[in-house]
Amino acid sequence: MPQAVKLTELQIGQIARIASVAESPYKEKLQEMGCVAGVLIKPILKAPFGDPIAYELEEYTLSMRKNEAESITVKPLDPLFNS
Amino acid sequence: MSSQLKIVLAGNPNCGKSSLFNVLTGLKQKITNVPGTTIENKVGRFKVGKKEIKLVDTPGTYSFNPKSLDEKEAVKVFFEDPLPDTILYIADASNLKRNLFYFSQLAQHKIPMVLVLNMLDIADFKGFEIDIDRLEKELGIRVFKINARNGEGTDVLKKALSEDQFVPHYAFGKDNDHTHESHYDSIIKLLNKTTTLKSKRELISNKIDAYATHPILGYLMFLVVLLVIFQSVFTLASYPMDWIENGFSMFSEFLSQVLPEGWVKKLIINGLVAGIAGVVVFVPQIAILFFFMGLLEDTGYMARVSFIMDKMLRGLGLSGKSVVPLLSGAACAIPAIMSTRNIENWKDRLITIMVTPLMSCSARLPVYTLLISMAIPSTLIFGFINLQALVMLSMYVLGTVAALVAAVIFKWIIKHDIPSYFIMELPIYHAPRWSNIWLNCWQKSLSFVKEAGKVILIVSVVLWFLASYGPKPNQTFSIQESVELEKSYAGHFGKAIEPGIKPIGFNWKIGISLITSFAAREVFVGTMSTIYSVGDEENFEQLREKMKKDRTPEGVPIYSLAVVLSLMVFYAFAMQCMSTLAVVYKETQSLKWPVIQFVYMTGLAYLGSWVVFNLFG
Repeated sequence: MPQAVKLTELQIGQIARIASVAESPYKEKLQEMGCVAGVLIKPILKAPFGDPIAYELEEYTLSMRKNEAESITVKPLDPLFNS
Repeated sequence: MSSQLKIVLAGNPNCGKSSLFNVLTGLKQKITNVPGTTIENKVGRFKVGKKEIKLVDTPGTYSFNPKSLDEKEAVKVFFEDPLPDTILYIADASNLKRNLFYFSQLAQHKIPMVLVLNMLDIADFKGFEIDIDRLEKELGIRVFKINARNGEGTDVLKKALSEDQFVPHYAFGKDNDHTHESHYDSIIKLLNKTTTLKSKRELISNKIDAYATHPILGYLMFLVVLLVIFQSVFTLASYPMDWIENGFSMFSEFLSQVLPEGWVKKLIINGLVAGIAGVVVFVPQIAILFFFMGLLEDTGYMARVSFIMDKMLRGLGLSGKSVVPLLSGAACAIPAIMSTRNIENWKDRLITIMVTPLMSCSARLPVYTLLISMAIPSTLIFGFINLQALVMLSMYVLGTVAALVAAVIFKWIIKHDIPSYFIMELPIYHAPRWSNIWLNCWQKSLSFVKEAGKVILIVSVVLWFLASYGPKPNQTFSIQESVELEKSYAGHFGKAIEPGIKPIGFNWKIGISLITSFAAREVFVGTMSTIYSVGDEENFEQLREKMKKDRTPEGVPIYSLAVVLSLMVFYAFAMQCMSTLAVVYKETQSLKWPVIQFVYMTGLAYLGSWVVFNLFG
């Protein structure tokens, strides 16, 4: 079973499944944009200076700042499934 | 059943909603303003057989728990009387899961709905297959496939809209549990039944992004884009601006021949017509800038600009989303301030509103042009850089730097507990939808004419009165008509403030111009022409020579380099625009912010001018 990590700890291109979204003023916004438990997420692009970061959220691209991404806990998929 | 149906169009941003609206209603659309609010809705009408359909567009939003002002406006429409007969929901088929979230919230309200799937070509490319019949059965409503870009499928949809529609019966959420998670759960279950994913291909968008957001190439690209835009704004706009100016002066000429003598004639020609001309002359520049802004937004590039600028702007109390308003501010602060509505965080939005008027707008250009041509020689530096052009560019840089510095200061001063966030979709790139861009450009220009027009018209009439009438000498409470500017109310006022503006090098003549240019900054040039009795307002050279020759009783030229530079700095910073203040009042719903804005900008202008005047004096 893979360890749960913060979304910001993923490498570019590494797929993970969202485990939970922590309480924050922007939790609701993250959820309505599709960041809910069970959804696959993959960092694909970093802005200059490494922040914000763009994530592929199964069907579309969502960008968020680093501290917003830190409120999301994910479980990386087995590297074998990564492509 | 009444013969007119009210249908509300809803959907996420970037799903082709405006395209569908335009295809359905053609050009028969109107922006309506709900009185007392900033709510703007686009309403269009079309007929199917004998039924008239009133289609109300809403700003694209992701949810029914609105975050930004734009989103709040979107949801109000559903509760307006009369309640909609049908909600026409458009979804991006290539991104159904998130697109159906807002749908799932709207579906709770027992209003008949129609689901329209757009962007099926992209869904197809991504490998999604959607079983429409199954989707219809599960939802209990009709589902249509369309291509909003070329209008495919919209005829069938149009016909169906005239018929009675159904209330969705799919149960989103669990029993009474309507959390975001439970809604997503039921959406995922629905999609598992109705869609299949065949293959997965990478979109070209991701490849473009490698360049557009590159740490060096990305900024370089943005800079080139900006240069191209501003170059086009200035070169392309100069022709229609000439036509407009000539047209209005011919019209004034015509009026002065046909109208009977008297104050009414003067009011119409020097107050009303001059006021309207002052608004209309800026339309070309503003329209061209909004055309480009629309192009950048429509293709998806603007979101990338926000993405690469966010980190820098955040440090200044702004956000990536402030880029659009700040750039628009280079044309005109009025539409720029209205475009801050999609910034969710109140503090980010307020700071953006407060600093946007410092960006050098088109109305400052004629002032800079006159002053630069007076004091700065047209010599070449390094053999190819024109000194006048360089000074002009410096004025733009000065305004931008001032805006950013002011933002930092406001960031410290304004207290706000809710942290700002930047959770934004990066839409895929697509070819521009020209009709949308033209329409958007037209509507924004129109809103400028309306917003600025109202204020400028009133102010022009008031200022015309102050400049053409004066107190009769030795007789209080009586008014004298057709006095010279010096003896008019404006002249008295100019002289009254002279002691106050002397430290920054201004005399009463400039004082009068400062007052009259409250209507709009470019009025400065017109007032100077009147003061120096240059017949034709457009006669720049004549005015320049007269101003250059003007001397103090001691024989010192009045418009020395120090005075001219001081004036330029004053116009760069001062809040010399009543229309902008009116819009700030409207957008912030409080008198406090326009007052603060006026005070800080005028203070900054005075201070800046004082420094420059003493440095060069």
